[in-house]
Amino acid sequence: MAAGAGTGSGSGDGATRVVVIGAGPGGYPAAFHAAHLGMDVTLVDPEPNPGGVCLYRGCIPSKALLHVAGLLRETEAAAEWGLRFERPEIDIDAVREWKGRVVGKMTGGLGLLTRQRRVRYVQGRARLAGPKMAVVELSEGGDQTLNFDYAVLATGSRPQAIPSLLPGSPLVMDSTDALELASVPPTLLVVGGGYIGLELGSVYAALGSRVTVVEMTAGLLPGADRDLVEPLQRRLEGEFEEILLDTRVESMREHDGGLEVTLAAEAVERPVRRFDRALVSVGRRPNSEGLGLESTRVGLTDRGFVEVDEQRRTAEPTVFAVGALAGEPMLAHKATHEGRVAAEAIAGRPAAFDPSAIPAVVFTDPEIAWTGLSESQARERGIEVDVLRFPWAASGRATTLGRTNEGLTKLLVDARSQRVLGVGIVGADAGELVAEATLAIEMGARVDDMRETIHAHPTLSETLMEAADLFTNASPHYVDRRRERALRSRAGL
Amino acid sequence: MTIEFALPELGEGIEEADVLRVLVSPGDSVEVEQGVIEVETEKATLEVPAPAAGRIGEVRVASGETIRVGQVIVTIDEAAGAAGEARAPAAAPASAPPEPAPPAPPEPEPGPSPAAAAPEPAPPAAPAPADEAAPEPAPPARPAPAPASPAAPVHREGEPVFAAPSVRTFAREIGVDIREVAGSGPGGRISQDDVKRHARSRPAGGLGRGAPAPDPGAGVDFARWGEVERLPMSRVRRTTAETISRSWQSPHVTLFQKADVTELEALRRRYRERVSRAGGGNLTMVAILLSVCASALRQHPRLNASVDAAARQIVYKKHVHIGVAVDTDRGLLVPVLRDADRKNVTELSAELGSLAVKAREGKLGLEEMRGGSFTISNLGGMGTGFFTPILNPPEVGILGVGRALTEAVWDAEAGAFAPRLLLPLSLSFDHRIVDGADGARFLSWVVEALEQPLLLALEG
Repeated sequence: MAAGAGTGSGSGDGATRVVVIGAGPGGYPAAFHAAHLGMDVTLVDPEPNPGGVCLYRGCIPSKALLHVAGLLRETEAAAEWGLRFERPEIDIDAVREWKGRVVGKMTGGLGLLTRQRRVRYVQGRARLAGPKMAVVELSEGGDQTLNFDYAVLATGSRPQAIPSLLPGSPLVMDSTDALELASVPPTLLVVGGGYIGLELGSVYAALGSRVTVVEMTAGLLPGADRDLVEPLQRRLEGEFEEILLDTRVESMREHDGGLEVTLAAEAVERPVRRFDRALVSVGRRPNSEGLGLESTRVGLTDRGFVEVDEQRRTAEPTVFAVGALAGEPMLAHKATHEGRVAAEAIAGRPAAFDPSAIPAVVFTDPEIAWTGLSESQARERGIEVDVLRFPWAASGRATTLGRTNEGLTKLLVDARSQRVLGVGIVGADAGELVAEATLAIEMGARVDDMRETIHAHPTLSETLMEAADLFTNASPHYVDRRRERALRSRAGL
Repeated sequence: MTIEFALPELGEGIEEADVLRVLVSPGDSVEVEQGVIEVETEKATLEVPAPAAGRIGEVRVASGETIRVGQVIVTIDEAAGAAGEARAPAAAPASAPPEPAPPAPPEPEPGPSPAAAAPEPAPPAAPAPADEAAPEPAPPARPAPAPASPAAPVHREGEPVFAAPSVRTFAREIGVDIREVAGSGPGGRISQDDVKRHARSRPAGGLGRGAPAPDPGAGVDFARWGEVERLPMSRVRRTTAETISRSWQSPHVTLFQKADVTELEALRRRYRERVSRAGGGNLTMVAILLSVCASALRQHPRLNASVDAAARQIVYKKHVHIGVAVDTDRGLLVPVLRDADRKNVTELSAELGSLAVKAREGKLGLEEMRGGSFTISNLGGMGTGFFTPILNPPEVGILGVGRALTEAVWDAEAGAFAPRLLLPLSLSFDHRIVDGADGARFLSWVVEALEQPLLLALEG
């Protein structure tokens, strides 16, 4: 009786016909999984291969460039360890080419996988024409009509453009332009101190730009716990020209081959400044326009996200939506998981999107990563938690890397059940370390589960084990005085 | 003009049906009233007739699918010229069985008719009333969560569920709301066993709320003990299972008594030909029992009643409709003979014959299986003697008929054993409203009537 058993009348073998619109990290996994489950799948995207923003203009190219930037910084830091390099020669064209090869390899691989999965790939832009039909404006010209039993919308998001910040100017970049790496401007203004601004700002700073970051709120990376941001901010203050918090860009104009920018803040020296270029990274917005949603019952939130239920189904029963289009957080891995959920739901399986933890990683140096409950969320929601902080100064591995001053591993634990509810990490490879923490939270691990799991020595992963040990303040390498006092007062001593 | 032909109302309370066969293909021409698909509802199999003549455009359902009332089955491009007259029948819900229409008044549904489709590239088919409850081609809904248990959610607000993803998936699969499960692990972690335990502890049977009630078989890996095969329950099976589970809610008692039908059997043989010639078909003991029970029910109205527990009322029926359990290859079906008390044995015999044939051919309309006030279940053909029939709620009585056997019976007058044909009868009744003595009196009345056929004429 499963709908997966086939509702197709037009298709040859009677398999359920699924059209996936958008081949990013939400769309292509949805398509591949649907094909794996035996459905007849068509994947539509304007690019020649799957990949979406993530592979073409986001996660992957930015990480390739961040790798380059990281290596540059390492060569500088190495002086302290007795290694002195000559000033590196930066061939920006070659760097751009390397980034292009990375992207080409990944997207080409996805193209191959698409064929191996027997997913039909249609290059073009699709829009719905009712609850059972889509029309594709083909990249090669002409239209193609696709009838489907189910559609999965996965059109993602795009950089938010601010009219007063000259979105059309060749001197003003969004993240897509910045990743093109057309040139390395002597001075760069980054508008927005979120993860995109900081990651790309780091790249340009490492390549030689003098970078100024302007953030409207009181701190970088709004939403992240302050104790995780603080070490990053300290480091970036050394790498960037200036970080201006509580500051807005009031206006911007092209002037004499550069940009004249007027800043607004309580106390800002020199409110009018000049930059060669600007990068506007003030957020992203979902691509929910132009999709033909008005021909269906699909509903939108006031922020333009498609409204979905637990299975990622929209108000139109034949239409699903995943990824950035379906709401925050706009993260590739969240989209991928949703894509699978949608495919399973279409196949009639009892799938639901109900994660206990979605990891978030900021690929700056040091990296910041968190998963599950954050300390600020706990405070907002009035959830009482024990916070266990293990500083990396007590980690052997961090010391060998010369990164003791900027590392912290933090566990949020429910004192009653001793369950780990959230983990935050700042430090080298935090993005890798957070995986274990996410699994721990999903599996319902308690602090003793983490403490009693043997971790390899010497690794940074030990910091998770030792942080768990702080629950009873029994870490072999660190005595937390505050924790001790807290435990004593709790015990009535 | 293209019609989007949606599944019409099939009967009161019927919201969905399983598609057994699709009888048309795109491009086929259809006549008005020609069958488009064959569906199976709770207990009836029926063809859904086309509302208009024309050519089939799209077929939107496939066999094996469960479809809801209001869901579009096919699009029909109305035959030119026929459009005007054809649209009218389209608006009326197609009456369920193609046979003589049931008494159900086919008044049009209040909502927009499914056939009133707007021109093609239009917004989705005008939402019929049924859509709101459950959208049409929805992928199979996940198992509905358990009926709200009186227990407060164990889970604390703002915390993720304390269970691994695999355990959460398992809970969804068997229809358990994991937030209601108490975890037995350290700190309250929920294991798969906790989910199973929770599922078992839930009130089983469901008070007709339609929630799947996990039973001890739920989630058990039977393959551990040897090879197994899992097949879906047919709708008839599921309905039977639900009804039978409900019947445990009426505490019932079974009485056994044998009736000496030696003389009656002789009469049956003597008049069999005559009944047959009069169009009564094959005169069976069940047909005679129908007549006897109809009279007994008039004499003992408590057995012809139902309980409305919510209203604290006993509903005495002024009509006598008797269901007869029929074993078919689709499962157990119980067609109902209406007004059995107003029909003679020949009429009852004829009607019984035709209903049994319909039942076996899967052609019973739903209404032909509703509204019974008493049931007769005959297992004599299989050689069974006494048995404990289970009530067919909301009826309060059911008579089980076993195989008549010739036995030696002591004849006090003659001072000798005599061979007598004895028919084992088992009467189950709802003890909430029928006392043991009432039941015994009813059964004795039936036995006496069988033994002394003239009683029917005198008292029946």
